Amino acid sequence: MKYNILIGGEAGQGMDTLAALLEKILKRQGYYVFSNKDYMSRIRGGHNFIQIRFGTETITSHHPALDVIVALDKNTIDLHKEKLQEEGVILCDAGIEVDDKRGMSLPLKEIAKDIGNTKVFGSIALGVVLRLFGLDINKAEEVFEEKFNQELSRRNLQALEKGYSLTDIKYHLDKAPEDQHIYINSNQAIALGALAGGVSFYSGYPMTPGTSIMTYLSGKQEDANIVVEQVEDEIAAINMAIGASYAGTRAMTGTSGGGFSLMVEALGLAGIMETPLVVANIQRPGPATGFPTRTEQGDLSFVLTASHGEIPRMVLAVRNAEDAFYQTVRALNIADKYQMLVVILGDQYLSDATETIQPFDFSNISIDRHIAGEEALQDGAYKRYRLTEDGLSPRIIPGKHEGQVVLVDSDEHNEEGHITESAEVRIQMVNKRMKRMEALKEELIEPNYFGVEKPEILLLGWGSMNGPLNEAVEILQKENIDVGALVFGDLYPLPTKLLEKYSGNAAQIINVEQNYTGQLAKLIRQETGIPCQKSILKYDGRQMSGYEIYKRVKEEVL
Amino acid sequence: MLDIKMYDSKDEMAWCPGCGNYSILPAIKEALAELELKPHQVVVASGIGQAAKLPHYINTNGFNGLHGRAVPPASGIKIANKDLKVIIHSGDGDSYGEGGNHLMHGIRRNVDITHFVHDNQVYGLTKGQGSPTTAEGQKTSMQLDGVRIQQLSPLALAVSLDCSFVARSFSGNKKHLISIMKEAINHKGYALVDILQPCVIFNQVNTFKWYKDNVYYLDESYDPTDKIAAFQKALEWEEGIPLGVIYKKEKPTYIDQIPYLAEGPSLVDRQWKPAEAEKYMKDFL
Repeated sequence: MKYNILIGGEAGQGMDTLAALLEKILKRQGYYVFSNKDYMSRIRGGHNFIQIRFGTETITSHHPALDVIVALDKNTIDLHKEKLQEEGVILCDAGIEVDDKRGMSLPLKEIAKDIGNTKVFGSIALGVVLRLFGLDINKAEEVFEEKFNQELSRRNLQALEKGYSLTDIKYHLDKAPEDQHIYINSNQAIALGALAGGVSFYSGYPMTPGTSIMTYLSGKQEDANIVVEQVEDEIAAINMAIGASYAGTRAMTGTSGGGFSLMVEALGLAGIMETPLVVANIQRPGPATGFPTRTEQGDLSFVLTASHGEIPRMVLAVRNAEDAFYQTVRALNIADKYQMLVVILGDQYLSDATETIQPFDFSNISIDRHIAGEEALQDGAYKRYRLTEDGLSPRIIPGKHEGQVVLVDSDEHNEEGHITESAEVRIQMVNKRMKRMEALKEELIEPNYFGVEKPEILLLGWGSMNGPLNEAVEILQKENIDVGALVFGDLYPLPTKLLEKYSGNAAQIINVEQNYTGQLAKLIRQETGIPCQKSILKYDGRQMSGYEIYKRVKEEVL
Repeated sequence: MLDIKMYDSKDEMAWCPGCGNYSILPAIKEALAELELKPHQVVVASGIGQAAKLPHYINTNGFNGLHGRAVPPASGIKIANKDLKVIIHSGDGDSYGEGGNHLMHGIRRNVDITHFVHDNQVYGLTKGQGSPTTAEGQKTSMQLDGVRIQQLSPLALAVSLDCSFVARSFSGNKKHLISIMKEAINHKGYALVDILQPCVIFNQVNTFKWYKDNVYYLDESYDPTDKIAAFQKALEWEEGIPLGVIYKKEKPTYIDQIPYLAEGPSLVDRQWKPAEAEKYMKDFL
């Protein structure tokens, strides 16, 4: 059982609040919920919408077919009614002209006026929706009390009850088990991962859709005794984080593609200084300002080599909120273990897609700092870049060892950290820095796999394509198509075992990506020589749904 | 006073013979020795340039970062470990040109760091181009017909931003320089010190003699807490270059404004376990 509700209107009409309340009520009733946002880069006006999918099974993607449209303006009806089921409902205020037999136009604004507060308009609509689905009003009361003060809560509840009385049950839902989930998006999960993973300093500059990581962390500063600093630009953000990391704290920064572009020189600084650093790049369509509030997977090729010169790095993409939490903790540990840069790739789709998932298991995670003590002082003298077999030099915290100093340098340097012009030392230091990639390759995580054991058609994706590909494979399998999908989280170094296993038998390998140039396919060809025969690509700033991938496989591949 | 030899580095120096940096280096060592700050308690941060090589020539912790980017990592280091004394040594191109934005916001942020600018009014390491403090009209290796853009007054900029400590000294007067350095290092808050120094290779205008003939010393009658007077003083150049503390304002530092950091341990000493974040899941129920 799955249903799909769309709430649409202009920016500033209160749809975010309405959607957040509805999502939370559905979640508290025990349903799986998946919502995603489509919004414009403006504060008022335009057209924004939120799609809320819910049901009794896990939901991993949005879906185009709608059951209910809540239209806060006429535009919403015109733009979305094509996607509404035959038996669907368009709920709107009586003031909006609706020329459709599915229209349910009610005097919402007038009732709000009668209640004495036009702002409760949304809660009346919410009451109507709850009634349509026969949902329990008690959960709404609970959610209102958490969200509003007593007076507002009372008024909104009054509005909700009024809305509830305006219609009758239309959809008879299967009962859901008791709610045991959390409801979270990937940026929040990255932020929570950073907190769990011991980040104590985060510097950043606001840039949609990366900002919400910093926003969440900022609210926890006092409670968690961390510092979150909004700086003058992304150059400062990354350099400040590198300074804090050098000084011995776990430091992190995050941004979107434009800000990441500004950080590029300092990625190399972290590389040559061998300073641990985690940078989150929450992608949006570029280049330049691009599509500020929309989604794309356009930065993979860029982050793989961003920085002049050559540095060791790890690049991983988060695939959903659950993955985002655990991978952030892992990224922090890997950065410290190998004293290197780890780039986390997310995107707008995931940053604004909220989903019900199992609560995170905190007992299974650890903070592994790999900070050295007195044993680092061979012959009584500390050398930051002492040559070792595995290329990793013991790292101490400056100021903690009397008589010992820590010198780091962006110039090529010798073991002490002093500038060198020596050809021999240069070779030693490049080898030293790059050698850690060999050890890192031993701890890569293979991609997720969905599908049959020997797929004829192998779909390849990464990051946010995980949910949609999962759903696409499910639909295709129902039609007895021998299909499978590999979805990469770790991207660089590239894990290849499952790729080799599943590509062997496949007649067609198809990369499914949210970009123009097929950046994953290029990476795979570069690293393994395995070519993709076809590509399913999209670069309009709107995420492919599982259903859309299914349709395109049918039309373009079969 | 500590033994000044403990700050000696074994690294070979790459400065030109006669460079003003040769006077600034012993001055900072002497200032640290007199303040009894041990090498492991100090971080010298820099960007890139001739002055920015100083972290290699002094035995303290050192962060020789990117061109123009000394202020952000220095701030990050101090925020991470408030027990460290963080000092920037970098040039005029690094501090006022490439790093101008960080200087401006670093002053506003008021992290307790000391910023010594080796100001020779020219680019040295890239061979003689105009810097933000090169006089308008002065001919350089790049501006063959003279610099077209206006000369920056870094100290007026700092005063306008209400920088908590603004001073100028001269590499040719070691005693004055050490005294200003000590005061700047001891000051709580962002301290900017412009240190005039000759570039013997690329600046034939602002020579040692030129500075000597053009500077004068602020006396006790000057009140560095008067902001308007300080602004006027900071703008003085043609008629004589004032040396000394131009402006001083006691105000809470960045860390002072974060009670749990001001009163608690440094971030680097924060004790934390993953399970302590578990409670935040309640935000998502």
